[in-house]
Amino acid sequence: MSAPARKALQTLAVLLFWLLVWALAARAVGQALLLPSPLETGRELVTLARSAVFWLTVGKSVLRVLAGILLAVLLGAALALLTHKSPLLKALLAPVMTLVKSTPVASFIILALVWLGRGIVPLVIAALMVLPVVWSNVSQGLAGIDPQLLELAAVYRLPKLRALRRITWPSVLPHLRAALRSALGLGWKAGVAAEVLTVPPGSIGKRIYEAKLYLETTELFAWTAAVVLVSLGIERLLLRLVERGEGRHA
Amino acid sequence: MLDVRDVTLRFGEKQILDRCTIQLEEGERLALMGPSGCGKTTLLRIALSLQKPDSGSVICTASRTAAVFQEPRLLPWCTAAENINLVLSDRADTMPEAISWLGRLELLEARDLLPAKLSGGMQQRLSLARALAVKPQLLVLDEPFKAMDEALHGRILRLTSEAAKNAAILLATHSEEEARALGCRILRYRDGRFV
Repeated sequence: MSAPARKALQTLAVLLFWLLVWALAARAVGQALLLPSPLETGRELVTLARSAVFWLTVGKSVLRVLAGILLAVLLGAALALLTHKSPLLKALLAPVMTLVKSTPVASFIILALVWLGRGIVPLVIAALMVLPVVWSNVSQGLAGIDPQLLELAAVYRLPKLRALRRITWPSVLPHLRAALRSALGLGWKAGVAAEVLTVPPGSIGKRIYEAKLYLETTELFAWTAAVVLVSLGIERLLLRLVERGEGRHA
Repeated sequence: MLDVRDVTLRFGEKQILDRCTIQLEEGERLALMGPSGCGKTTLLRIALSLQKPDSGSVICTASRTAAVFQEPRLLPWCTAAENINLVLSDRADTMPEAISWLGRLELLEARDLLPAKLSGGMQQRLSLARALAVKPQLLVLDEPFKAMDEALHGRILRLTSEAAKNAAILLATHSEEEARALGCRILRYRDGRFV
């Protein structure tokens, strides 16, 4: 058996193990209101997925959070470029990033709800959670560019854009990829949490909030399962896009 | 074309260069010789404006400069052909020219390989091919032939001399034979200067 096939089989076995643990726990509890079984959750998810509203809701939430993540990637990379050039700016910005990383996300959600319209809060929160990770990883990537290659660019007087494309970008990409890997899940979870607290119309967060309100635990589990599946899907998709940009350097 | 005047440099307590002056006219060839650690590489770096001296001045009027460093300094994520094309235009239209340089340096079979797949000697030849490809006015060579095997050494030396026939060359080497083969006037290290 090939190594990837063995790994896939192992992942499947681990998944089945935990589903079994969940099913046994649900049977022991015996009340779907407290703990629905995996089968009930799956059935509910399939029922939800049959309606167009489900896909519209997922689509809106995904777009909102992705917009936040994209904003954070652009802003984080731009700030990293600036702080790479200016140690003073880096000294000024570093404590702000540390503060953002260590402040509970709920505090930011409440503050953003006070300052901004509820529709935009999930986007801002997702961006805020991803920003420090992107900034710090891209900064590391920039600091790690081989100085010998920069000297090469200087001696051969490579145009700035060519040096950026051929030296800076491939040097930073592995760090950006690592940032996306750790920040995507974070941004998505924070975005959905912000939706739960701000309940913007037609969002996953609103559906989770309503399921909790009406004690629809099975629906709550189904929506949570949807969040996990979408999170995995987005992560795979975006990392594949980055890998394509990275080319043979991967 | 290159005027390095009264350059002084210290590393801590050690005086490396002491009011050192070298001048290079168009097409002129100079070889710097001296024991390891005497400051040959440092002087080349100063001439390329990669390092600032403690005092003295450097004026370089060459419109195209190329260098072969002691390390090949190849982009690890680019193929051999792309590494040469990088200094030409990095567009597809100059790729045939890049490949022809690979051929001249006997590296044609390596055109699609990444530097990590090449031997030390091949990497150094690739670095030399990249330098020659830009048809430099000033070619700076820091022991560029040391990793090459005996069989190739003579051929590559002749090729370099021929391909860079209009270039001014500043060479750092331990080998008088290399200096002579490239037609260089030899300056030897003495008390912080090359004379």
